[in-house]
Amino acid sequence: MGLNEFLFLLAGLKWTLALSAIGFVGGGVVGLVVALARTSGIAPLERAAASYIGLFQGTPLLMQLFVVYYGLALVGLKLDAWVAVAIGFTLHASAYLGEIWRGSIEAVPRGQTEAAKALSLNYVSRMKDVILPQAIRISLPATIGFLVQLIKGTSLAAIVGFTELARAGSIVSNQIFQPLLVFGVVGALYFAMCWPLSLYGAWLERRLATATR
Amino acid sequence: MTSHATTTPAATDTPMIVMESVEKWYGGFKALTGINLSVRAGEKIVLCGPSGSGKSTLIRCINHLEAYEKGAIRVDGIALRDDSSTIDAVRREVGMVFQNFNLFPHLTVLQNCTLAPMRTLRQSRKDADANARRLLDRVKILEQADKYPAQLSGGQQQRVAIARALCMGPKVMLFDEPTSALDPEMVKEVLDTMVALAEEGMTMICVTHEMGFARQVADRVIFMASGEIVEEAPPEIFFSNPSHARTKQFLGEILRGH
Repeated sequence: MGLNEFLFLLAGLKWTLALSAIGFVGGGVVGLVVALARTSGIAPLERAAASYIGLFQGTPLLMQLFVVYYGLALVGLKLDAWVAVAIGFTLHASAYLGEIWRGSIEAVPRGQTEAAKALSLNYVSRMKDVILPQAIRISLPATIGFLVQLIKGTSLAAIVGFTELARAGSIVSNQIFQPLLVFGVVGALYFAMCWPLSLYGAWLERRLATATR
Repeated sequence: MTSHATTTPAATDTPMIVMESVEKWYGGFKALTGINLSVRAGEKIVLCGPSGSGKSTLIRCINHLEAYEKGAIRVDGIALRDDSSTIDAVRREVGMVFQNFNLFPHLTVLQNCTLAPMRTLRQSRKDADANARRLLDRVKILEQADKYPAQLSGGQQQRVAIARALCMGPKVMLFDEPTSALDPEMVKEVLDTMVALAEEGMTMICVTHEMGFARQVADRVIFMASGEIVEEAPPEIFFSNPSHARTKQFLGEILRGH
């Protein structure tokens, strides 16, 4: 494998990182809305959020990408591949993060909400200043775990034409007929992205835990 | 917000809290039955009774941590209804101290005390800090201002919780079994703080089984059972000459342990 092939893989890596960032930012923003709706205490909102989570957790990401990119094109809504992928990953990630964060919000003791209410803090302040800082800490292992899954899941974007890391790997492998070497390098690159993230999560968790001791 | 509590320690005739025929249900279970209670400004009430008698539910209705189904509650002239503006207005007048302290674990002692004044009363950080330090000093815990709650003992945490509530400048303080979660040696420091607060003329409703505290500061002791007010009397009469059999039985059980 020469330098050119390796640079080609790195170009794929760049797309993988971009797709992961889109999924995590989009999923994070929408996921927070979903988690807040799911814990709002307003029955129709909670049911809607639960259905949303059920729908996008219960169907494969591959299928969601197909529907958004090819399915919508069939009914006349032709989306740019970037937009399709951004929507697909946002739907997927927001459902998972919404459910993770719902559990974390509910894991914060009830007395915290009651104390905040008794101090006449409004909903926004109760969430922003009291509940979410505690919920985020609780959710950290699961959130980081999901982010690692998401990075690996971006390989599915190949089906709508993205030459991200996994796709770049199979192209290079087909050119130089050294699949073991090529996919070994691809695997190492994935590992190089995910492993520091896991370490960072563990470090963050320790740091936040000691802050309250 | 028409009436203003006087600053004299003695109770006045101005009603601070009025409950009229308040009823509260948990599904099919009636938690409060026709509660009528009027608390004057500056008055100190001790609420006691067996567990499940509705005493915590009663005080939690006053700041709407629990909704009530029937009757009316007025706090300092504000009719408490099921809408956020009156609930908010009432909560600004009413401080609450919980059995389990419920301090915010991710904030320091000082931040616990300044959060609500800065968010709700729009105080500047400087003003909120100064006020919080003054009140932390009053509950004798100023030196712990920069620690986190988990670094403090239970008694210290509960005193911080009292200071945190006072930072909002409440006219009424509700105490929900404030010493029940404490080790015995820490009960006194919290009770001393409450006594000092009472002597300054704060209107207080305390759910507690600390009968020494009731004797010392209460204007009235109220005994509840099965969601009803069974008996209310000044402490000297309540303890020496209770009129109801259930009160006698309860006092017999609770005082035997002391």
